[in-house]
Amino acid sequence: MSQTAKSVFTSSEAAAPLSVSGLSVAYQKKPVLRNVSFQVKEGELIGIIGPNGAGKSTMMKAALGLIPAISGEVLVYGKPYKEQRKLIGYVPQRESVDWDFPTNALDVVLMGTYGRLGWFGRPKAKDKAHALECLEKVGMAEFADRQISQLSGGQQQRVFLARALAQNAKLYFMDEPFAGVDAATEKAIITLLQELKKQGKTVIVVHHDLATVEQYFDSVLLLNVELQAFGPTAETFTQEKLQRTYGGRLAFLDQSRGDRS
Amino acid sequence: MSDFWILLTGSLVAACCGIVGVFLVLRKMAMIGDAISHSVMPGIVIAFLISGSRDSLLMMFAALLFGVLTTFLIGMFQRSGIQSDASIGVVFTALFAIGVILVSLFARQVHLDQDAILYGEIAFVHWNIWELGGVDMGPKAVWLLGFTLAVIIAVIAAFYKQFKLCSFDPALAAAIGIPVALIHYLLMGLVSMATVSSFESVGAILVVGLLIIPASTAYLLTDRLSAMLFISVAVGVASTFLGYGVSVLLDASIAGCMVCAAGFLFVLAFLFSPSHGLVVRKLRQRSLAASVNA
Repeated sequence: MSQTAKSVFTSSEAAAPLSVSGLSVAYQKKPVLRNVSFQVKEGELIGIIGPNGAGKSTMMKAALGLIPAISGEVLVYGKPYKEQRKLIGYVPQRESVDWDFPTNALDVVLMGTYGRLGWFGRPKAKDKAHALECLEKVGMAEFADRQISQLSGGQQQRVFLARALAQNAKLYFMDEPFAGVDAATEKAIITLLQELKKQGKTVIVVHHDLATVEQYFDSVLLLNVELQAFGPTAETFTQEKLQRTYGGRLAFLDQSRGDRS
Repeated sequence: MSDFWILLTGSLVAACCGIVGVFLVLRKMAMIGDAISHSVMPGIVIAFLISGSRDSLLMMFAALLFGVLTTFLIGMFQRSGIQSDASIGVVFTALFAIGVILVSLFARQVHLDQDAILYGEIAFVHWNIWELGGVDMGPKAVWLLGFTLAVIIAVIAAFYKQFKLCSFDPALAAAIGIPVALIHYLLMGLVSMATVSSFESVGAILVVGLLIIPASTAYLLTDRLSAMLFISVAVGVASTFLGYGVSVLLDASIAGCMVCAAGFLFVLAFLFSPSHGLVVRKLRQRSLAASVNA
């Protein structure tokens, strides 16, 4: 009881997949994220949009506890993320790892099961079967034994997604999964996102391509160091709010949106 | 009998270094291995001054302390904005220099001559025998290395998946709650242990060769981490035998020949590895070009 009272969230809100309040992050002295608060609804696909250097990845990493926040609170299903790690799946940026590492696609997907194996557990036959299923869901089953450096960029991205699936999470964080992928992979990813949504899972995606935002996401979060806007895509992804988020750097968007209207 | 002990000592050095070397290479920390092998010097000298012996557990502990201190200082400087290679250079030369001063100050008490520290004296391992109740138990170095190898194998086997994930994708490792920093310092502790138990045999400089060269050779020969560990040890042991044979023929430095042999095996793998070899890649390109042109 006392714990809920201390928290800034009321009990009805506390069950949200992700509640962020007053989150600030600074590198050296410069703030890269200032006082960001929002709360996502279960079963939604949420896009995080903003210019380069807006703190999109930083926010994701701070929410996951990968980098220290100078202030703020992050709750996952009402509890600190440290107690809820098993409910969280994470897809880092593809460039963040060395794809020359001596391992194959199936083995990378198996890494998604490490979280629930505990300190000394080893992946068993059923974990391997599960990992293979996850590879199948992203259309990569035939590449299970392939050394990861021999996969194309899009295929590597799909292996990363399969690994997140193997984490069997309820809340997913994906850092630019669509960056630099081929059309087949883009399609595979969006099908997967739709399926996760159907299963009632919540997916938060850092996204770059403004042209596909309306098509892919239920809600968008506009970020530029501070939170600019957050809400259902139709109400939030508007000319005026985007203009505010991107400042003067939005000329190209006028054209892409012009096609639609 | 001395041949046997030299080969056994060399093989144990190769095994200790080969295993931890794989993780250094994969984490792109080869030069950290170099740094640790030098900066454990003051620890070794201090432990020697206290215990008067060159192969005590105290020495191991002191080296461990300095090894972890080295990594910690390097990390701290990097985080506060110093170039990563510069911080490595600053920390290990400064600590090594302290060791050099200590050796020169206490040269009489410390029966550590600088040649032995830098180049090792594996030829003499069988002169330094461990006697237990009057029974000859074999060279002390073999026991020390055997103990180190047992610790390395036990730790890596117990935390294999943590070491693997922290090497490949530290962000995911941290996200699922693996204590990435702890695993990092655990590895650095193992590297320090491997270094200090090896330096008597092969010296502070050449031990780096045995940390990095067999692991890099193994990297060229396989696409699986577990296989890479075994191949790295096998290449290290092969270098020991090959190097010792050559050193007997030439009457040259044993440790020098061992590391040269490791270098030779690396060049062979670099040229002829079935998957990564230069020759094979060229041949493949040529046949591809031929089929495209046909």
